[in-house]
Amino acid sequence: MIRSRKFLRILIAVLSITVLFISMSVFASETQEAVKEAASMSTTPWWVWPLVLFVVTFVLGILAVLGGVGGGVLFVPIVGGFFPFNIDFVRGAGLLVALAGALAAGPGLLKRNLASLRLALPVALIASAAAIVGAMIGLALKPNVVNILLGATILFIVAIMATAKKSDFPKVPKPDNLSQSLRIMGIYREESIGKDVEWQVHRTPQGLALFIIIGIMAGMFGLGAGWANVPVLNLLMGAPLKISVATSKFLLSITDTSAAWVYLNQGAVLPMIVVPSIVGIMLGSMIGVKILARAKPKAIKWMVIGLLLFAGLRALLKGLEIWE
Amino acid sequence: MTEDRKKASEEQLAYAAVLNKGMWIGLALLIVTFIIYVSGILPSYVPIEKLSEIPQGSKVPYWGMRAHELNEAFNIPTGWGWVSLAGKGDYLNFVGIAILGGLSMVCYIVILPILMRKKDTSYVVIAALEVAVLLLAASGILKAGGH
Repeated sequence: MIRSRKFLRILIAVLSITVLFISMSVFASETQEAVKEAASMSTTPWWVWPLVLFVVTFVLGILAVLGGVGGGVLFVPIVGGFFPFNIDFVRGAGLLVALAGALAAGPGLLKRNLASLRLALPVALIASAAAIVGAMIGLALKPNVVNILLGATILFIVAIMATAKKSDFPKVPKPDNLSQSLRIMGIYREESIGKDVEWQVHRTPQGLALFIIIGIMAGMFGLGAGWANVPVLNLLMGAPLKISVATSKFLLSITDTSAAWVYLNQGAVLPMIVVPSIVGIMLGSMIGVKILARAKPKAIKWMVIGLLLFAGLRALLKGLEIWE
Repeated sequence: MTEDRKKASEEQLAYAAVLNKGMWIGLALLIVTFIIYVSGILPSYVPIEKLSEIPQGSKVPYWGMRAHELNEAFNIPTGWGWVSLAGKGDYLNFVGIAILGGLSMVCYIVILPILMRKKDTSYVVIAALEVAVLLLAASGILKAGGH
């Protein structure tokens, strides 16, 4: 019985990924065909693209939850690599996808005291200011340069995901002066061990400095930044894993807001791309959470890593004009 | 004392409450306005079917162009210029997007008086600076590149 359930889960995951790959391949070739067309009209009706985008982002939403990554990090390289949209609009949509997810999760995480406002506010100030700079740099760069840098970043994220360790309750022997003066500390109920966990942080100046880089990258690529937020909050600053994950998710609602405004003001937001993506990812995430509640499929994490590796290589090769 | 510390602070709960309401309003508006857009109830500024067309002399469809190229092609205003087009199906969607984008700023403004009452000076400064950063980003003053 357990085996058959496990098999079913793996089958669902494999099917989801197969559908994703097939859609991507079909529409990548479709795009190439369209480019070859000399005629001024594309043969693909306009409504096909938002529909396919909705289906793909729905699958991405499921995979993102199961793989433990944010939707934005999957969205930008995959949609940027396999859809006919310019990377400007994909990054604008990526930021809004990550923003919508963070806004939806934020209230619950704050109320349950898992996301800490005292930890998030100083970090958000640094990261959101840096994200504006990142967005301006990103929109000024040529698309092939963006794709090369995006590809390299995605491959770096793959390396982090494959190798980084996480610490449920990091030891913080002595909080630093800055975190003490800002009173960045807290206590939360850890249901898995049935105990209240007190937490504090250290190395705050170093952490804040890293958030400058994280903010710039988030704004430049429209990726969201959970992949970088969590290791810095957890491994460097010593916040417990649950606090780090929750605070990181909430943090995106502020960081991505500032970058999203820059994209919006520069006309790099197309509702035709944004709305199906937000709805698709959010519905997919809801299904993903239901599947996740039954099991923790580690295999999915590796599939997501594989998917990111493929998308990262695609962006890199597209930027280098090897795989047009 | 420990029980108190386990609970979310007053400002955290206030932030969460505003975020929750604003998020649902923004998302609902986004979906409703998108339905209006694709159903053609309101005419679009850039005709919906045009986006996937490949213009003469170009190798890519309109939505494959860089943002500034698309803006030039359709004479689309940047910054807050979209407000004057909010009566059009496509730009009506920007109302929901702007609500989602402005939500964090509203949340910060809501918690500022609470932080002031608590005499939490450092966080009052941080929150005020964040409002300034978000206002700057939203203002449209900042321009990217030399386009």
